[in-house]
Amino acid sequence: MSAEPIGPHDLGGAPAGPIDAHEHAVAHWEKQVDAMMTLLSERGHLKVDELRRGIETLGADAYERLSYYERWAQSMTTILLEKGIVTPEAIPAKVAEIKARQP
Amino acid sequence: MSEPRFAPGAQVTVATRRPACHHRAPAYIKGHTGTVERLCGIFGNPETLAHGGDGRPPQPLYRVRFAARELWGPRAERDGDTVEVEIYEHWLEAAS
Amino acid sequence: MSGGHEHGHDHDHPHPFQPDDDAGGLTEHMALVAAVRELLIEGGIYSAEDERRAIERMDARSPAAGARMVARAWVDPAYRERLLADGAAAARELGVEVGPTRLIVVADTAETKNVIVCTLCSCYPRWVLGLPPAWYKARAYRARVVVEPRAVLAEFGTQLPDGMAVRVHDSTADMRYMVLPARPEGTQDWDEEALAAIVSRDCMIGVALPRADAKAA
Repeated sequence: MSAEPIGPHDLGGAPAGPIDAHEHAVAHWEKQVDAMMTLLSERGHLKVDELRRGIETLGADAYERLSYYERWAQSMTTILLEKGIVTPEAIPAKVAEIKARQP
Repeated sequence: MSEPRFAPGAQVTVATRRPACHHRAPAYIKGHTGTVERLCGIFGNPETLAHGGDGRPPQPLYRVRFAARELWGPRAERDGDTVEVEIYEHWLEAAS
Repeated sequence: MSGGHEHGHDHDHPHPFQPDDDAGGLTEHMALVAAVRELLIEGGIYSAEDERRAIERMDARSPAAGARMVARAWVDPAYRERLLADGAAAARELGVEVGPTRLIVVADTAETKNVIVCTLCSCYPRWVLGLPPAWYKARAYRARVVVEPRAVLAEFGTQLPDGMAVRVHDSTADMRYMVLPARPEGTQDWDEEALAAIVSRDCMIGVALPRADAKAA
């Protein structure tokens, strides 16, 4: 390749193995992530370009390691924090609350 | 915003810069020359939209057709294969 | 959590998608999603009902919409022209809602096979094809199809006739793409419904070709 990749997401021409064409159902929590993006975007809180920027700046290691909707979740959280739509204190508190609710 | 600079059939070369901001010109087309296939429309610039900006001034967006051989050299499978990519006008210069 | 990646769950290998079975407990990311979702709902950004409807709309979209468009284009040359001129308008004409999508339909010919990809992320014509398959979003397809489309198509079991050129469409920006495959031999007498039944998702991504003998599938 002539130019340096923009980031870990810039994959055209990169080395890669065979295609894994197995079908995978989208889990409900993944649909919730997708819906979150749609709803935030429709309401003007988050742009697809911002979602992409948040994914592209995860770092190469995280980009490779995380699943597709994990990347979305990470990116959306970053952008929502930037914008003050959610606060850094509220998230761990809510995570703890949710884990405590688990059977 | 000015009128679109390029008409279908124009030969254009993609800039080689690598800004730190979000941008949508993949590395594999940078520095390469192709042919404008069509003007897709005028759209907000993702380079500011991605960073909380308003995308202004909007940019003409083109589809540019590249010969696979131009992009990949000996890695291309065959002469005659092509790749088409959407590119915003500020990434393009008239080919010299 | 400010973009931290030091979460403790047990990813020991790269994988492009979540395992199908999500009954195995709450991962850190599932907990994060649940937390952010509840905060947004509590903050009145959207409601649980809004979410339910969004997922319902998502689930309702499928390749059947694109297949109807392809089948109509095969039997109606005037519709084909309209489809190639403005894919979104042609979709709406058949009652297919496409939201804000700018849809470019690219037609296969005897000389050229079209294939779509998004090398930078996973742009996909989801209004006409539903959610993309996992492989479309994964590294191997995005990295390779722009360089060696024939090798990639061969992995999908698709062999192109000698002399046919391949045109790969990388949707890097604001447009979305769908392939209008060529109508296969042996389907002259078929009605639209029978034709639509052989137009699979992969045919409209461009990695497969519709076949008359696939009717039963």
